[in-house]
Amino acid sequence: MAETQPDATRIAADARDRIRFEEEALGLSDQVYRVARHLAGSREEAEDLVQETYTRAFRSWRSYQPGTNLRAWLLRILTNLNIDRGRRAQRTPPMQGLEANDYFLYDRLSESDGGASDEDRVVERLSQDDIVHALSTVPHDFRDVIVLVDIGDFSYQDAAQILDIPIGTVMSRLHRGRRILKRELAESVLEESS
Amino acid sequence: MMGHPDDPCAHCEEMMQPYLDHILSEAEMREAEMHLDECEWCRKRYRFEESLRVYVRTAVSEPMPAALKQKLAALRIPLN
Repeated sequence: MAETQPDATRIAADARDRIRFEEEALGLSDQVYRVARHLAGSREEAEDLVQETYTRAFRSWRSYQPGTNLRAWLLRILTNLNIDRGRRAQRTPPMQGLEANDYFLYDRLSESDGGASDEDRVVERLSQDDIVHALSTVPHDFRDVIVLVDIGDFSYQDAAQILDIPIGTVMSRLHRGRRILKRELAESVLEESS
Repeated sequence: MMGHPDDPCAHCEEMMQPYLDHILSEAEMREAEMHLDECEWCRKRYRFEESLRVYVRTAVSEPMPAALKQKLAALRIPLN
């Protein structure tokens, strides 16, 4: 027969576990914010989302299984909240000519730079604003995977679990999303130089 | 992965994202690398993509506002 733990000991152990959970979760807040900033439409929305995520996480800390990926667990809460906030699924945009290949951004940039040969210099033609703006114009479904995998450093498997989609969908959205991002970048840079 | 017997550069381009994601098979990795060894045109574009990924990650990384960090800490449930 199982021995019942004295109440005081149980409460103390519970409090210790909760404090450990809260500290671990707070320790990840920079990384959670970095991802949230680009899953949400604006800085303000990202801040609200992160606060709501932590409020919920602190309340339901018992449903987190210690030893599993806490960052992914937090991001799962965050993406669900983001969807609950009325972010509707978007139709997949039709494939555009520029997305048909992966090399065109380099080609466009180096062409308009008189055939610059140094790859780093070509990249530097893109400003921080160009990139932030281009990323914000990528449709949600594609942007979410780029933000999780390329910016948040999540594995395909984690991204699939966070977004509740098959891993194959993560891969195809990532592949196409990066092309859409490059198309947007090419367009913004060419607009600036025209 | 589909072959492009008439255009090895088009095939190499198709392999670029999976190559940089390290998800190609060993045989495909070797195939991509053999082509990259001899094709400067593709090699430049692969290097650009690598730099672009790093650049994008750096460009969009925004530090969390200090005030938000404080707000999150205040959300902790007080001990009874």
